[in-house]
Amino acid sequence: MAHLSFKPGITRRRLLGVAGTGVASLAGAALTGGTARATPDDVQGEINKIVGGPAARVDNDKVKMKLPQIAENGRTVPVTVTVDSPQTDKDYVKRIHLLAEGNPVPVVAVFDLSPLSGKAEISARIRLAKTQNVVAAAEMNNGDVFIGKKSVKVTIGGCGG
Amino acid sequence: MAKKPRIKTPATAKQGEVFQVKTIVSHKMETGRRKDKKTGTNIPRNILNRMEVTYNDRSVFAAHMEPGISANPYVSFYIKATESGEIVFKWTEDSGAVITETRKITVK
Repeated sequence: MAHLSFKPGITRRRLLGVAGTGVASLAGAALTGGTARATPDDVQGEINKIVGGPAARVDNDKVKMKLPQIAENGRTVPVTVTVDSPQTDKDYVKRIHLLAEGNPVPVVAVFDLSPLSGKAEISARIRLAKTQNVVAAAEMNNGDVFIGKKSVKVTIGGCGG
Repeated sequence: MAKKPRIKTPATAKQGEVFQVKTIVSHKMETGRRKDKKTGTNIPRNILNRMEVTYNDRSVFAAHMEPGISANPYVSFYIKATESGEIVFKWTEDSGAVITETRKITVK
């Protein structure tokens, strides 16, 4: 907390401001401590399970994610994931994992694709509890994993009630 | 239980054409975290947790869904037209209930 002294640079207003942010951050800590939410580490843990190690890298060109920058309603947020792949018998996206870093359950959905898909693109509508990163992990048939990541600002959270 | 799903597939397609399939099911997708206001207890989770799509008995698409999927789940994906036949959609609810729908397609 702010150190009390009578240095000329510290005005009453500035001191109150500092004290205010201190209280706000304390309240914030209490709130986040009270609700069970996934963390970016949980999502990384899920990715590690898919890859079998922390080898996968973020490649937003290979895995394109279409999401609104600001979602006014977290109850239903449209998302489209497109993976750059010919989707042939030899080279195709086997699975697309959709993960949310700030949701109570980090895994949102897992989509199984096949060479019969013709195109590695899926769309869905998801719930987002708060402002957070949404992650898509594309698992190729040869075991490679590519990650797409996008942040979404959520005005009204959409989990529980 | 859910109402009849709405599915959009083309009736005809050219050989090798890649077409989009759009599906939506009316379903509350109860997350299990919502509280009953009268009793204060959580309403038990009941979602469609699995969706499977076959094209002439070959698996073409599947989805494992968690409570992070919105109510009235909308899912869209693509299929490459190879032969005339049937596309069968199947959803499974937590309760074990199953919804199935079939769409015919003619490939020229």
